[in-house]
Amino acid sequence: MSADRREWPLYEVFVRGKRGLNHVHVGSLHAPDDAMALRHARDVYTRRNEGVSIWVVRADAIAASSPDEKDPLFAPNGDKVYRHPTFYDIPGDVPHM
Amino acid sequence: MTTTPADPALESRLQAGFDATIGRHDRIEPRDWMPDAYRRTLIRQIAQHAHSEIIGMQPEGNWIGRAPSLRRKAILLAKVQDEAGHGLYLYSACETLGVSRAELTDMLLSGRQKYSSIFNYPALSYADVGTIGWLVDGAAICNQVPLCRTSYGPYGRAMIRICKEESFHQRQGYELLMTMMRGTDAQRAMVQESVDRFWWPVLMMFGPPDAQSPNSARSMAWGIKRNSNDELRQKFVDMTVPQAEALGVTLPDPGLRWNEERGHYDFGEPDWEEFAAILRGDGPCNAQRMAHRRAAHEDGAWVREAATAFAERVAEDVR
Repeated sequence: MSADRREWPLYEVFVRGKRGLNHVHVGSLHAPDDAMALRHARDVYTRRNEGVSIWVVRADAIAASSPDEKDPLFAPNGDKVYRHPTFYDIPGDVPHM
Repeated sequence: MTTTPADPALESRLQAGFDATIGRHDRIEPRDWMPDAYRRTLIRQIAQHAHSEIIGMQPEGNWIGRAPSLRRKAILLAKVQDEAGHGLYLYSACETLGVSRAELTDMLLSGRQKYSSIFNYPALSYADVGTIGWLVDGAAICNQVPLCRTSYGPYGRAMIRICKEESFHQRQGYELLMTMMRGTDAQRAMVQESVDRFWWPVLMMFGPPDAQSPNSARSMAWGIKRNSNDELRQKFVDMTVPQAEALGVTLPDPGLRWNEERGHYDFGEPDWEEFAAILRGDGPCNAQRMAHRRAAHEDGAWVREAATAFAERVAEDVR
């Protein structure tokens, strides 16, 4: 096995579209190190002014919830309607509510 | 990566969950359970699509150094760079299915996976740069717009990015041809000759007729494909005829005429034997395209090795 056959690590790429917005995941790429990952991300994901800032992070550094845990993680919110403003009846003539 | 479990009860529960997601026209994401055949079909389709973008750089790439003006050169360079980008979006999407980039590259270089038949035709004149943009990228857009709603999330997201960029490709091609059509008789003849050569191969880009496309029905049921080959081919012809009229070129099909009853253009049958020959590897440029891709991969090996070695040394210095 030559060095060539070892795959470069996978990076996930996040781009801030413009000032005031969050960074958003746009895709992934392979690179040998962080600096090259940033350069590649610029070439691959921002050829048309798509962003003003890029984050790259190694995919193996991300901890993610599992699809199998979807119910125990998110279901408890389902019956907590009182967390939403529309749960509360306020007379229509009360201003600025 | 999830694999099919041995427990039949669990498997049927997982299958039911998958079917329900597809039934809701919702998206499947990488870590969801999916049937092995769905995964294999997607890997084959997305890989073929990625390889097409990468091989697709070659016919036009040859013209970058011979562009007639700085303006055309800058446009063509940007376009070919986009094709590389599209290949990378698609390889990334494909890798979320558990196949590695090295495996995908190997499968292209060893001929186990295909790329679009259209890139086995040569680009013989600068008019071909225009025709490729107008017709080849036009056909690709027709194929790709419905794929933005494909059932596999990463594939759909890659297609959305690609479709946004393809529109520039098609318009620059059409504008190039319009410019030539306003030129001399020789330039107009060059455009017509180019359109004559590309028309039938472009119609083949949509794949074999539905009756001879055995996997289509399953891909449609899975929401991977949203329209049949023949539907997309018809849509493309209907869109393209008025564009050809505006441009002032004829499409080389004596059977092409408006059918009032159907509300569509009737058109002739491409030469499917030629299509089969190209898929077998016997097209005009198959050998040349693969040889060039292999050489590029081998010639670039030292760059990949150097970047890896540099990254390792920096990491050691930090330690």
